[in-house]
Amino acid sequence: MTTVPIGADDLAAATEVTLEANLTPRRRVTNVVATVAMVGSFAVAAIPLALIIGYVFVKGGQVVDLAFLTESIPNSYRRVGPGMGPAVVGTALITAAASALSIPLGVLGAIYLNEYGKQNRLARTIRFMTDVMTGVPSVVMGVFIYVVWVLRFKEQTGFAGALALACLMLPIVVRTTEEMLRLVPDELRLASLALGARQWRTTLTVVLPAALPGITSGAMLAVARAAGETAPIMLVTGLTYHANWNLFEGNNTTLASQIFRNAGQPYEAAQLRAYGAAFTLILLVFGCTLLARLISRRFSIK
Amino acid sequence: MTATTLPPPGEAPDDLTSTDAGATVDTGFRWATLGAGVAILVVLGLIAWASITKSWPAFRDQGLGFFTKDRWAPSQGSFGALSMIYGTMVVSIIALIVAVPVSIGIALFTSEVAPRRLRGLITLVVDLLAAVPSVVYGLWGVVFVAPSVSGFYDSISGAVGDWPILGFFFGGGGGSGRSFLTAGLILALMVTPIITSVTREVFATVPQGEKDAALALGATRWEMIRGAVLPHSFGGMVGATMLGLGRAMGETIAVALTIGSSFQIRSELFRSGAAMPSTIALEWGEAAGTHRSALIGLGVALFAATLAVNSAARAVVTRAERKMRGA
Repeated sequence: MTTVPIGADDLAAATEVTLEANLTPRRRVTNVVATVAMVGSFAVAAIPLALIIGYVFVKGGQVVDLAFLTESIPNSYRRVGPGMGPAVVGTALITAAASALSIPLGVLGAIYLNEYGKQNRLARTIRFMTDVMTGVPSVVMGVFIYVVWVLRFKEQTGFAGALALACLMLPIVVRTTEEMLRLVPDELRLASLALGARQWRTTLTVVLPAALPGITSGAMLAVARAAGETAPIMLVTGLTYHANWNLFEGNNTTLASQIFRNAGQPYEAAQLRAYGAAFTLILLVFGCTLLARLISRRFSIK
Repeated sequence: MTATTLPPPGEAPDDLTSTDAGATVDTGFRWATLGAGVAILVVLGLIAWASITKSWPAFRDQGLGFFTKDRWAPSQGSFGALSMIYGTMVVSIIALIVAVPVSIGIALFTSEVAPRRLRGLITLVVDLLAAVPSVVYGLWGVVFVAPSVSGFYDSISGAVGDWPILGFFFGGGGGSGRSFLTAGLILALMVTPIITSVTREVFATVPQGEKDAALALGATRWEMIRGAVLPHSFGGMVGATMLGLGRAMGETIAVALTIGSSFQIRSELFRSGAAMPSTIALEWGEAAGTHRSALIGLGVALFAATLAVNSAARAVVTRAERKMRGA
């Protein structure tokens, strides 16, 4: 047994044992009620989560197979049978493109904030703005990309969707990366500089590798969030029934926007396809989230 | 310190013979990072500029009536967003009324009550709740929740529909289940993770000494929470609530699927309504001309509102945290 410093838990436990007898009924009941309320509020959050996951897995699990993941989408809501292939392709391509755009930019921006800008006015402004950008509703980001990109090039494309998702991922990547860089001990930087390495080399070969697990886990959380975004995709990428491997030409579609399209339909076949897509999407998103947790647990800087 | 963080020894001498090329790389790298930082500012500036210029036609056409008229009839060129502003407010308020106590409860449970081993499970549940895509909440809401609550709504409405105050909120029949209340409840689930994680961070800044002192004086755990934890964290909890509000106002897809979409201002919570972000998503496909400008205008209004709420929230949270550190 390792010794643990005495915390509130232990003190509370100790006081409960010794003072239990002296408490007035009113105080004891209030305490119990409060504890029950706290456990209850956890249940209020956990039960719907279990219901959602259970419902999606049971309903979606029965329709997802190889054909579901590869075949084209039927162009009638009523037709029974598979097909979410185009959405799988679209989700993969668009999310990958969004990551390729936002992660390098975000990491560079965070390096500026933590290694160069520190507390100067520009850095403080950027920090404030990224916080603000985190709160921009995703549908507004879709409207914005529509106005500056789709209106100009006169076509809804997968790349426009990737741009919108990149804008949503950017603030998350910047803030988590900066947090991680801040945790890297200054001694490492000083040691590297003392050996004669320039600052760019110090940053790229000493600071970044030390912070890499944290940055990776932040990036995965951003990817998980982007893959599930619906509103901006509906606005700027349009719709297709056949897989479109070209991001720059022609409409595209994603799992999330297909769930939305099919969810509102009264037909069983469409709803089942929506559940299948939801099952696929949840596996993807939870996979990213759990992997991110695992990475940050295993490799985090203590 | 780990060995992996050391640079490969073979490359070090290059840098010792300092050349102009090395200095150029250094400056270049510096400017690259600066550029990336500035790019973030530029993107945000572009959002504001582009959206405002494109939505101008709708504002010019409708004047202030855009925000004060409740008639939204795109086919007749009438664009009044009041019913959507109302809908957004109602569902956000319902969401907060439910989510704030629950989130504070979860945060207190994690930080004060739960045994160490259980804490990981609680954070996992909250993380997963945050990770579920909003469209999946919407799908669950429209296919499972709405049909199963509509009978329940009917019986509530039948029981209290004629009462003076309750009838105001719960009268008028149960409807299809797609309603203000359903959308608000789904939304409550979605804002719970953000409120929980911010309040938990605020609770963590309460000095251990004060909690121990309260317990040493014979306070029960609840009295300790009420006397030491909550007063200290009030500012942070207000900030967390406002962050939740910002999130709730902007939520699009889940609300679009569960609110029902009819442009009316009704006090009865079982009736269907419309919200600003969900209208943008639902009508975007068939909109053109002024109609599309009006939708962009909704986006701008939403952007401005969330911007105000979120900046205020950040300011409150930062100030609360600074006060705590000083204390």
